[in-house]
Amino acid sequence: MTIWLTMLAVGVLTYATRLSFILLLGQREISPRTQQALRFVPPAVLSALIFPQLLLPNGTWDLSLGNERLIAGMVASAVAWRTKNVVATIVAGMVTLLFLQAFF
Amino acid sequence: MTTARSEFFKGIKAELPILIAVIPFGMIYGVLSLDAGLSAIQTQAMSVIVFAGSAQFIMAQLFATPTPALVIIITALLVNLRHALYSASVYPYIKHLPFSLRSGLAYLLTDEAYAVSIIHYNQPGKVKYRHWFFLGAGLAMWSTWQLSTAAGILIGSLIPTSWPLEFFIPLTFIALVVPSLKDWPSLAASLTGGLVSVVAFGLPFRLGLIVAAFAGIGAGLFLEEFGQRALKIRRAQHRGDMIE
Repeated sequence: MTIWLTMLAVGVLTYATRLSFILLLGQREISPRTQQALRFVPPAVLSALIFPQLLLPNGTWDLSLGNERLIAGMVASAVAWRTKNVVATIVAGMVTLLFLQAFF
Repeated sequence: MTTARSEFFKGIKAELPILIAVIPFGMIYGVLSLDAGLSAIQTQAMSVIVFAGSAQFIMAQLFATPTPALVIIITALLVNLRHALYSASVYPYIKHLPFSLRSGLAYLLTDEAYAVSIIHYNQPGKVKYRHWFFLGAGLAMWSTWQLSTAAGILIGSLIPTSWPLEFFIPLTFIALVVPSLKDWPSLAASLTGGLVSVVAFGLPFRLGLIVAAFAGIGAGLFLEEFGQRALKIRRAQHRGDMIE
């Protein structure tokens, strides 16, 4: 039930943001300051989700070479930077993780 | 001749290259959402109700861990706030349309449909039928997202549960974030958001996520401000040199 209600709330809010200026505030402009801030939302939020997955694999700090997820994440980041390709990045990271888990 | 019909199909055609990238993304979402414990119906319903890729990925990840609904809602809202910008940007082009049509187009205002439509709108010429282009691009995106979600649900049930599927989520985020880090302020937003979220991971109700998001945004803004000020000083010094 919570899942459905959460989903519905996010759906309504997302639709409201999409409709906002089209419907009501057409004549008003978004301030340049807010536009600047919005540019940083994706890197800030997504990195906040990525980092704990790589650095706290078992709930505690692990910066050692034995941290397979950190290494796989770094390989994926390098591939993402070079290729800008979503599928290539995911495949590279996943293959690295499966390889390390199988052999180390 | 430009007609409603030709504009509609032009919109679909312009959207096609983007859709090739959307298909695997939708499928991965379907697989992951099942893995996070959502039912097939919930997974598909989320693609219809929310209809925003990155927010759906984030929600799937947060549903998999004990996260309060309010934190999920705030995080998704933050990520989706950019749609307000798109809304403001297409407004001048569709303000002449009736209310019902504008409300329908707003539902289709995704990153992908916005990107091709605004480029089309910005080209010179008559605007009269261009909302058909937007509609074509938007509906092509919508159908592809729904079908690829369904495909992901079908495939997801075939994948052995021993695979570390949940790792697809950070990998997908890496694929989205890393290529976008083209300047110092973005990099600062990313590193600050990431590190603060690790340090604040122990906070209750996963509030660390919200704290980290705002810290990252703040770091980006700070560095941008700093960079502009440094540029101004350098320019002023340059002018000073020339006077001497």
